[in-house]
Amino acid sequence: MFLRVAWLVVRKDLTVEVRSREILYTTVFFAVACVLVFAFALVKEGRPLEDAAAGIMWISVAFAGTLALGRTFERERHAETLRALMLAPASRPAIYVGKLLGIVLLLLIVEAILVPLIGLLFNAPIGSRPLSLMGLLVTGTIGFSAVGTLFAAMLVRARSRDVMLPILLYPITIPVIIAGVRGTAALFEPVPADDLAQMWMALLAFFDIVFVTLALWTFEPLMTE
Amino acid sequence: MNRVYPVGVVLAVLMFAAAPYLVMAAPDMQVQGATPGVLLSYKIFFYHVPSAMVMFLAAFICGIASAIYLFRARPGADHIAAAAAELVVLFGLIVLVTGPLWARKAWGVWWQWDARLTSTLLMWMIFVAYLLVRRFGGPGAEKLSAAMAVFGTANVPFVYVSVNIWRTLHPATSVVPTLDPGMRPAFWFCVVSFMLLFGLLLALRTRLEQRRAHVEQLYLLADED
Repeated sequence: MFLRVAWLVVRKDLTVEVRSREILYTTVFFAVACVLVFAFALVKEGRPLEDAAAGIMWISVAFAGTLALGRTFERERHAETLRALMLAPASRPAIYVGKLLGIVLLLLIVEAILVPLIGLLFNAPIGSRPLSLMGLLVTGTIGFSAVGTLFAAMLVRARSRDVMLPILLYPITIPVIIAGVRGTAALFEPVPADDLAQMWMALLAFFDIVFVTLALWTFEPLMTE
Repeated sequence: MNRVYPVGVVLAVLMFAAAPYLVMAAPDMQVQGATPGVLLSYKIFFYHVPSAMVMFLAAFICGIASAIYLFRARPGADHIAAAAAELVVLFGLIVLVTGPLWARKAWGVWWQWDARLTSTLLMWMIFVAYLLVRRFGGPGAEKLSAAMAVFGTANVPFVYVSVNIWRTLHPATSVVPTLDPGMRPAFWFCVVSFMLLFGLLLALRTRLEQRRAHVEQLYLLADED
């Protein structure tokens, strides 16, 4: 029942998104624009600073993710579908998991476009450890999205919600950024540091478990009046 | 209760008036070949460390009170949490100003990205975000800020661990003084003074918050007629 509700929520989001593809296109383009801005800031005499590629990738994902979260829940608020979801006889944590999976899917598509671009622009060896890189990206995206979905959902009825989301989200997701950037930088070294990357991935997985659990606990009391 | 406050305030004032004499009487730190400026500057530690202790205690209280407010919906817990959050920001500001002042003299740099400093800064920012949400979040902001406090408190160990691992890859030297027995009376006197101040401020601020919430309720009731 739980998984069925989550799947129904994901399917609803996917159906709406496939019709217009608005959030997908705008988020991808924003991420690419971010990469360019940071590239101009961090490239000296035609060569990027050390570890710039890893840092730029994760910053762009974080910024694009914040935007995507804002847009997704703005859409819910506009159509008053969030209230309908809350009124439905479905367990609240299942609704949260459904929204979470939708956001994670969107961000993974953005990353699929961003990573080859980073590899192209910064000569980063993205093909040297593809599985580890994917593992880092998936665990990091889940961690960021878990906290982001909860905060975006709880801010839907708040004032100044657009600026509040980054203010609340970024301090909490700093461990994700640290682990993601350091792990990706370890993989982009000329000789990839596999054990280091695995350690960062383990930290990310632990973060995911703790914060998804915390979000599942607090979703119900936060969304009720 | 009303009779305790004036006595407590007078006692705190007297203790803080006496503190500088005790601090100056404490022996100088023994460092080989250091200039007098460095030896004297360490004495800021008598205010820096107790402030840090109070800051962490306040953060702990705010986290627990916020969790109680979220899961048990007791309004009294929310008042305590709001007061404690303000005190985290206040004493955190003292820590973050006195720390660099001391660091500049002792280490030659204003700031270092080691685990303790970074997690303290981050915790301070999380509680500043708490206050921002409370002030600008509109109706229902108490629950949003409570969620922020719970997530923020859960987050600090992660930040500490990840920055620790990050820093061991780029080691930095630091000077941590061991507590000379001659320094102990001054140190514990300052700890007691700060704890007393913290207790007074927390009690007074909580009472103020209770009164404010009561007045707000009365306004709402009056509006209904």
